[in-house]
Amino acid sequence: MRRKRRIEYQVNEPKTGRLSLTLKSTMESVAELEAVAEKLATEAGLNEDECFHVAMAVHEGAVNAVLHGNEYDPSKQVSASFENTGAALVIILSDQGKGLDPDSLPDPLAPENLLRGAGRGIFLIRSFMDEVRFRRLSPGTELTMIKRLVPLEQPGKSPQGTAPLL
Amino acid sequence: MALTIASREVDGVVILDLSGRITLGEGSVQLRDAVRGLISKGQKSILLNMAEVNYIDSSGLGELVSAFTSAKNQQAEVKLLKLTKKVHDLLQLTKLYTVFDIKDDEASAIASFK
Repeated sequence: MRRKRRIEYQVNEPKTGRLSLTLKSTMESVAELEAVAEKLATEAGLNEDECFHVAMAVHEGAVNAVLHGNEYDPSKQVSASFENTGAALVIILSDQGKGLDPDSLPDPLAPENLLRGAGRGIFLIRSFMDEVRFRRLSPGTELTMIKRLVPLEQPGKSPQGTAPLL
Repeated sequence: MALTIASREVDGVVILDLSGRITLGEGSVQLRDAVRGLISKGQKSILLNMAEVNYIDSSGLGELVSAFTSAKNQQAEVKLLKLTKKVHDLLQLTKLYTVFDIKDDEASAIASFK
């Protein structure tokens, strides 16, 4: 419980800033990461739907890290970084699992896959976030999810004039 | 909030009133056990009342699909009643809206099984 209070304090501080966490491979960690994401999104001024989307993307990413990546292995951890750059929320989750090839995943919207009982998590992450990247670690997978707080191209401004995300 | 499930029967249709979250570790297993339990007892008409389901994740969506296919394999039917906006939006996004028979009104949902 002490750790949760510390997280609230840190996220409550400035609107911009970075929070880094290292957690066990448990469902409690998934809930904790989801709560941090929701708080970060709310404080960034996103609307209710957008906050839900960010929180759910983090939930799905964290489930993948804990369940499919680390396979609940108590010797493996999930690392997370939450940052409000002012231009975007940048959320990075890393596991220590066998690694994931996101391009090998079947399309959950294809008619032949609609009745599959699994395989929608990464699709939801990609649907809810503006930018999603995967990187192979040794061992593990790093998932970067970005939600823009300002439009990529503002009217009357060149793309070069937009704020950098990272 | 974890998932709670209350069961009632109306005109031969078993209605499961679901309340809470259907997520990995917080409702998926309860929902699976409840639906499979009904199917194994020979129940052919199952209506999942989703009015109080405020959150469902990809695991929960998968569980709904599994309930649908398990029922179909036993010549039974699972239909959905009263989706919240969040669940409705997720079913549309994942195209599962096209898979399920979804009703807004309990009486017409019960009548649709006949």
